[in-house]
Amino acid sequence: PRRRLCILKGIYPHEPRHKKKVNKGSTAPRTFYLLKDIKFLLHEPIVNKFREYKIFVRKLRKAYGKSEWGTAERLKDNKPSYKLDHIVKERYPTFVDALRDLDDALSMCFLFSTFPRTGKCHVQTIQLCRRLAVEFLNYVVASRSLRKVFLSIKGIYYQAEVLGQPVTWITPYAFAHDHPTDVDYRVMATFTEFYTTLLGFVNFRLYHSLNLHYPPKIDGQAEVELKPAEGKEYAMDSESYLEKLSALSASLVRVVAPAQEDEVEMDEFPVEGETAEQMDARRKEQEALEKHKKLFEGLRFFLNREVPREPLAFIIRCFGGQVSWDKSLCIGATYDVSDPSITHQIVDRPRVEQQVVGRYYLQPQWVFDSVNAKLCLPVADYFPGVLLPPHLSPFVTEQEGDYIPPEKLKLLAMQQGEDPGEESEEDEEEEEEDDDNDNEEEEEEEESEKEEEMKLKKMEEQKTQNNKALPVKVTAGKVKLEDKKRLEQEQQNEEKRLAIMMMKKKEKYLYKKIMFGKKRKIREVNKLAAKRKAHDDAIREEKKKNKKARRA
Amino acid sequence: PPPCPHAASVPPPQDIRNTVGNIPMEWYEDFPHIGYDLDGRKIYKPIRNKDELDKFLEKMENPDYWRTVQDKMTGADIKLTDEQVELVQRLQKGQFGDVHFDPYEPAVDFFTHEVMIHPVTNRPADKRSFIPSLIEKEKVSKLVHAIKMGWIKPRKPKEDTPTYYDLWAHEDPNSILGRHKMHVPAPKMKLPGHEESYNPPPEYLLSEEEKLAWEQQEPAERKLNFVPQQYRCLRAVPAYPHFIQERFERCLDLYLCPRQRKMRVNVDPEDLIPKLPKPRDLQPFPTTQALVYRGHTSLVRCLSISPSGQWLASGSDDCTVRFWEVCTARCMKTLPVGGVVKSIAWNPNPTVCLVAVCVEQSVLLVNPCLGDKLLYGATDQVLESYTPPEEERVQPVQWLTATVEEHSKGIRLTHLPPRSPQALKQVTWHGKGDYFATVVSDNSSMQVLIHQTSKRWSQNPFRKSKGLVQCVLFHPIRPYFFVATQRYVRVYNLLKQELTKKLMANCKWVSSMAIHPGGDNVICGSYDSKLAWFDLDLSTRPYQLLRHHKKALRSVAFHKHYPLFASGSDDGTVIVCHGMVYNDLLQNPLLVPVKVLKGHALTLDLGVLDVLFHPTQPWVFSSGADGTVRLYT
Repeated sequence: PRRRLCILKGIYPHEPRHKKKVNKGSTAPRTFYLLKDIKFLLHEPIVNKFREYKIFVRKLRKAYGKSEWGTAERLKDNKPSYKLDHIVKERYPTFVDALRDLDDALSMCFLFSTFPRTGKCHVQTIQLCRRLAVEFLNYVVASRSLRKVFLSIKGIYYQAEVLGQPVTWITPYAFAHDHPTDVDYRVMATFTEFYTTLLGFVNFRLYHSLNLHYPPKIDGQAEVELKPAEGKEYAMDSESYLEKLSALSASLVRVVAPAQEDEVEMDEFPVEGETAEQMDARRKEQEALEKHKKLFEGLRFFLNREVPREPLAFIIRCFGGQVSWDKSLCIGATYDVSDPSITHQIVDRPRVEQQVVGRYYLQPQWVFDSVNAKLCLPVADYFPGVLLPPHLSPFVTEQEGDYIPPEKLKLLAMQQGEDPGEESEEDEEEEEEDDDNDNEEEEEEEESEKEEEMKLKKMEEQKTQNNKALPVKVTAGKVKLEDKKRLEQEQQNEEKRLAIMMMKKKEKYLYKKIMFGKKRKIREVNKLAAKRKAHDDAIREEKKKNKKARRA
Repeated sequence: PPPCPHAASVPPPQDIRNTVGNIPMEWYEDFPHIGYDLDGRKIYKPIRNKDELDKFLEKMENPDYWRTVQDKMTGADIKLTDEQVELVQRLQKGQFGDVHFDPYEPAVDFFTHEVMIHPVTNRPADKRSFIPSLIEKEKVSKLVHAIKMGWIKPRKPKEDTPTYYDLWAHEDPNSILGRHKMHVPAPKMKLPGHEESYNPPPEYLLSEEEKLAWEQQEPAERKLNFVPQQYRCLRAVPAYPHFIQERFERCLDLYLCPRQRKMRVNVDPEDLIPKLPKPRDLQPFPTTQALVYRGHTSLVRCLSISPSGQWLASGSDDCTVRFWEVCTARCMKTLPVGGVVKSIAWNPNPTVCLVAVCVEQSVLLVNPCLGDKLLYGATDQVLESYTPPEEERVQPVQWLTATVEEHSKGIRLTHLPPRSPQALKQVTWHGKGDYFATVVSDNSSMQVLIHQTSKRWSQNPFRKSKGLVQCVLFHPIRPYFFVATQRYVRVYNLLKQELTKKLMANCKWVSSMAIHPGGDNVICGSYDSKLAWFDLDLSTRPYQLLRHHKKALRSVAFHKHYPLFASGSDDGTVIVCHGMVYNDLLQNPLLVPVKVLKGHALTLDLGVLDVLFHPTQPWVFSSGADGTVRLYT
């Protein structure tokens, strides 16, 4: 129970300042909690609830053992329950605090909602997780707050900006889990217990911030559309409702009818000490954000059945697109494959047999890349059966000196408004080469220091060797072209080296550490660049060979 | 009782009735009788002489054979009657034994399901049906008691409050609990990079070697906890097998990891470099190698320069002392001395031309006969004019005048410490040029001796040994004497004959020592590659400890006029530093390394063995283990 309490109350161990002193002279690894924290746990009213529950379990077991069914029934009726509301409030005094800590809660809920309904944990927990997750997705759709998505080998990452806070979560791919044996599900269940409470309250508040009903209600008109046409009962009402919600294809009922809420002019409050430029930049950013939110507006998508429906439907709906799928795949399909107004069909098979004119057949990566690039990318690279361009992580922001893959460079150029147009392959290649050269130049600059040192060393060595060569020979002198810049650089470097000699021990250590880190970074960057170059060279070679073969 | 079948077949039934009871009749198999009748007489088995053939014949001939059974009690054959056969057949079919039993008789209710006006029985009701039950009362009272005591709770009313409501309706941003003030929020998980993509750029994929290295690493040491992989399309991406583990580990981190705020050092490394005056502004100092003096065939251990700066003397392990002209690098003279030369010192008095050379246990005073003939002639005259005192004084050493042969070489005086088996380590002159001190690497009290040339007189200044003496020095101006032992430098006042100061060198083993011509600053080189600068007025601890050499320091030197000092080390470099000492006592000395001079090749793991400044020019000499002496200007 202590563990459970610590998890619920968010109490974590502390590293003592003097480990030996605290640990009675031994250095064995132990976890230390602050005494104050543990005392704080004792005052928690939930401790008593836990005790009650323990007693309840004991009584129930006894009743079952004695086959006293009546007693067991009575005990079950009086099953003690507890609530975590006050703990949530205590741990997150403000709503923003809760939002900041939402990442883990969401990831956990999404994971639990994919668990099978047998064993491992209570079915109610799984259902609750699923419900909360779907509610959250619906909120994100309604508020259009999704910003980034990423297809990783671990799962799909999403990042939404909820009330100004970035919230990132990961969902696993929709496959059955093979449950590992070295995982303590009780710990996970305890976390989930807290997280579901937290997420429920957060959802409530979020829905109310958008004037939406909580628990969510599907729009009346949409609901009629969603009703199965044959009038057959699809499933139990409660279940089908959740499924309809999770279809994400219908908008939600608002508490107050939206009174033409679009294009509310943002009042501009000039912040003091902000120049016009900054203001301008801010406004531009705002505009870009608005544009990003309406990325897929007016586009009609159709998802083929081999495409993961939920993530794609979620993303497309988040950016204002309309989406549908095969009726047999899931409830909530709004139009059919044959609908002529479909503009994009998402396909994940090597080739499409019957292509309808007037729509693009695209691989799912197009949706993800477009969202990350904040613009609808050219479709040519994403046709079915085509070798896809690399999928880059939107979470990486390259700093000065970091390695930037050439694809990212291209993308950045595209975002800045340069139209890549119809570049021939040759041009592209050249461009790539240019990129490579640029990279190399950068590297050179970085490495120049080292090189110079090496050169100095070499020169000195040469000098000594010359001195050693006793049989004196006079050769025709060469006019040494003294590179003034170079000399100056050398001198500066030497000065620096001498100054480093005079550093204090502590500072020298720190300096060396920093420099080591920098050098390692440079090394890694160079390695990546070299790998890329080797790869590109290999591909080019192959292309040439193919061309030759074709010619011959 | 059912009719006995025997009764029907046997005429007098009571006679034959067997009395053995219901026992296995096999017990009587071996006896002639089969039991006893009512009177206790044996009932004999009927005589049977039928063999198989008879049985067969009977079976064939007797038409009633099929209905003949043997009575086990009597052993007699009985022919079943027709009724009996019928009964058997009925039973075999599973019918009732009684022919007349009708299983399908119409059912007749003896109670009607309709409520009648009269009771079924006329029996009056019991008394107990009028009074409350005691047992029930007991049970109820027990329950009531349990409820009263709170053991049993009546069914709780269902709560109607909604599960979720606006928890933060009245949020107060300042209402932070006391414990939460120092709350460290959990760090967020690291966001994925390009390498985690299902279709990463090709440079992020691991090569074969990298993959192997990844596999061999400990899971905790790996930089990535997965192997980057490339899939052609989204369809081909499998489930990530460690998804649940990763979530679980995150949970563990959240509640089991100690959290600490670590202040990230966010400094520009350039800011860490101390701002020093530029070496260019501190010129002159030696910058380039100008001359190499070649000739020695072994390590050159020691160097000394004439006060005029024209001649250089070097002593080497090849048992020679060589005299060079500084400007031309020409060896003027080679003096074989028959032993390793550990130390050499030119007399600082410019009017005397005399060099003290340590060879094994003895010190040779050599007149190199270089330069002004008047000068060295005068020196010889001074030496020859010595008249021994009348009474022989007891001395720790023996002074010998050179033999003729030696004299021709230039050796003028030799003195030998009589007892010491150890070789001399160092010789150093007093500034005036009359006294010199020698050091023996010995642990006795006779380690340091001070000699007077003019009187040929030696004395032992210390009564007790204070440890292994590394080197000694005379103060250039005042009557102080510096003795460096392994860890300390002791400063003695020669006039008062007392210890004035003890400097802590803060290093393991002092190798060499030099004193600033002003006399207030001392530098100590040590074998643990440190150079300590002492300001004698400031403290007995080093004012600054320089760690700019990579290996042990062998020697240090001050320039006589310029604010320069140099140190030579086993790493083959000579580092020249600017060491400005201000007359203003409040201003601390300024130490700036200005040049690293390289040139000596490493031999036997030794680099530079001695450094020496030119007395007037900003030039530095260094002697190395490679058998050369180099001049940097």
